[in-house]
Amino acid sequence: MAGLLLGGFYAAVSLGVSLIFGLLDIANIAQPAFLIAGSYAAYVANSAYGFDPILVGIALTPLFYVIGAGVYRVYYATFERRGDEALRGLVFFFGLLFIIEVSLSMRFGVDYRMAQAGYVGKSIDLGGGVGVAYRYLVPCLVGLAMTLALYLFLGRTFYGRAIMAVSQDQGALRLMGANPVHIKTIAFGIGIAAASLAGALLITIAPVIPSTDRDYIGRMFAITVLGGMGSIGGTLVAAVILGVAESLMATFIGPSWAQAVSFGILLLALAVRPAGLFGR
Amino acid sequence: MPRLGWSVLVGIAVIAAGVALAMLRVNPYIYFAGYVILQYVVIATAWNILGGYAGYVNFGTPAFFALGAYTAVFLIRSMTAPLPVLIVAGGLVSALLGLGIGYLTLRLRGTFFSIATLALSVVLQTVIINWEYVGGSRGISVLRPAGPPFGSYVTFLFTVMVGLAVGAVLVARFIERSWIGRGLAALRDNEEAAECMGVPTLRLKLFATTVSGFLLGVAGAPFPYYLTFVEPNSAFALDYAVNGLAMPMIGGTTSWIGPVIGAVLLGTASQVATVTISSELNLLIVGVVLVAFVVLAPEGILGLVRRLRGR
Repeated sequence: MAGLLLGGFYAAVSLGVSLIFGLLDIANIAQPAFLIAGSYAAYVANSAYGFDPILVGIALTPLFYVIGAGVYRVYYATFERRGDEALRGLVFFFGLLFIIEVSLSMRFGVDYRMAQAGYVGKSIDLGGGVGVAYRYLVPCLVGLAMTLALYLFLGRTFYGRAIMAVSQDQGALRLMGANPVHIKTIAFGIGIAAASLAGALLITIAPVIPSTDRDYIGRMFAITVLGGMGSIGGTLVAAVILGVAESLMATFIGPSWAQAVSFGILLLALAVRPAGLFGR
Repeated sequence: MPRLGWSVLVGIAVIAAGVALAMLRVNPYIYFAGYVILQYVVIATAWNILGGYAGYVNFGTPAFFALGAYTAVFLIRSMTAPLPVLIVAGGLVSALLGLGIGYLTLRLRGTFFSIATLALSVVLQTVIINWEYVGGSRGISVLRPAGPPFGSYVTFLFTVMVGLAVGAVLVARFIERSWIGRGLAALRDNEEAAECMGVPTLRLKLFATTVSGFLLGVAGAPFPYYLTFVEPNSAFALDYAVNGLAMPMIGGTTSWIGPVIGAVLLGTASQVATVTISSELNLLIVGVVLVAFVVLAPEGILGLVRRLRGR
């Protein structure tokens, strides 16, 4: 049960990677840093003014959208246009991850930070000693809503379809009169915004320190690869699989091994079936 | 190969200079900091054999380094093995891991390979955290052997690191100048084309990952004696991953001298920054310098020098 709820949250965490890495094919390993940045943004608003962390997360998505769009513009101008994005682009994002993480730990220190909200700590009793804590339920529901929203956006709207198109054939898109760079900027911005919102969910579930981002690198990429690179439905299924696998591992063997699960799944998925469960 | 003779002579001269410096017994901090910088020369050189020559970006540097360190811890605990044995054993175990990730390159290229190495590092750290014999998550203290040469053990380790650094650079230089380096460069530029031209890509990649792993393990093996306390967070520190790739990138990845320049510059700068400002600001500087170089001077310092000369 806890695993299923965790899965909904993991889906929220991985949507951005699915979009940026799966569809745009940009290896943004700085994604977890934006996740943590979102957590800290929610933390600041929560501890200073008492706002609900998740509402703050939603309110801040436009800001992170702009940041993400800016990052993509820099990335495009310096790497993609020159055509050497593979190696140096990867290093660029790695450096970015590092800068964000260290900046956060210099600003906030390495103490665990936690957000407060009315529902944190309460739970619904399902009877028979089984309860569902709101702090897991709410992020899970928000995660599911985000997944559905992104699914509908990609399938139904003009820009969503354009993002799908840019992942398949840039040249053709250009011939249709759309600017691939413009479309990719939008998609990258949405990906970063999704990560920041997931960060707000994260800080309601568990305390956060700046180096928490490292725990999520593996999870994000494991889910994206397992789900089949850019398939939104696949991302959700893979997130639930990982969530269940981790909570089983934590219950039966020990919480310190839970970390290894995601990376183990990732290595296995990469070695056995790189196209993922729902790959094209 | 007549040129190799000269480089070996230069290497011996550097080692002799290192020993002479050790005999001078200047301020002990010099040896302490010098060890770290030399350690980064080995790490950067080792990373560059795979990342610079073959074009496979390894984010798992801490895994190899820590594997070398923990192999040493294991051998110290079980049989108090002498330092040379530790270094060779640490290198060999890491080389084995390198061979393993070499086979991974059969299926994984580019980004996927990099992410897999990052994953490897975390999995290995989890294993170490749960392995009580080598200290688990609490860490373990190591006693240095008594009666080291040059008065203090850190000074002795400094001279050992001088030797290891010279060795690593000679290996890298040899690889670069031989047909192996040319083969690696070919597969870096276009793996399919290289394969079609008859370059044994798999064997070359296995060679590069193994040698790179070996040298990273060698860099890690004296680490327990250096700090006398080993715990997973310091052995698997992200610093090694970021420095390991920042130094070659800043120096220039195409030549053996690039990582050396990068390691000496960045290593010295971070030693100074750690003492005068703070260790966290130092990491921030490394990150900013790395991003700045990748964006503004993708060929590193070597590329800048070449551009200036070209005019």
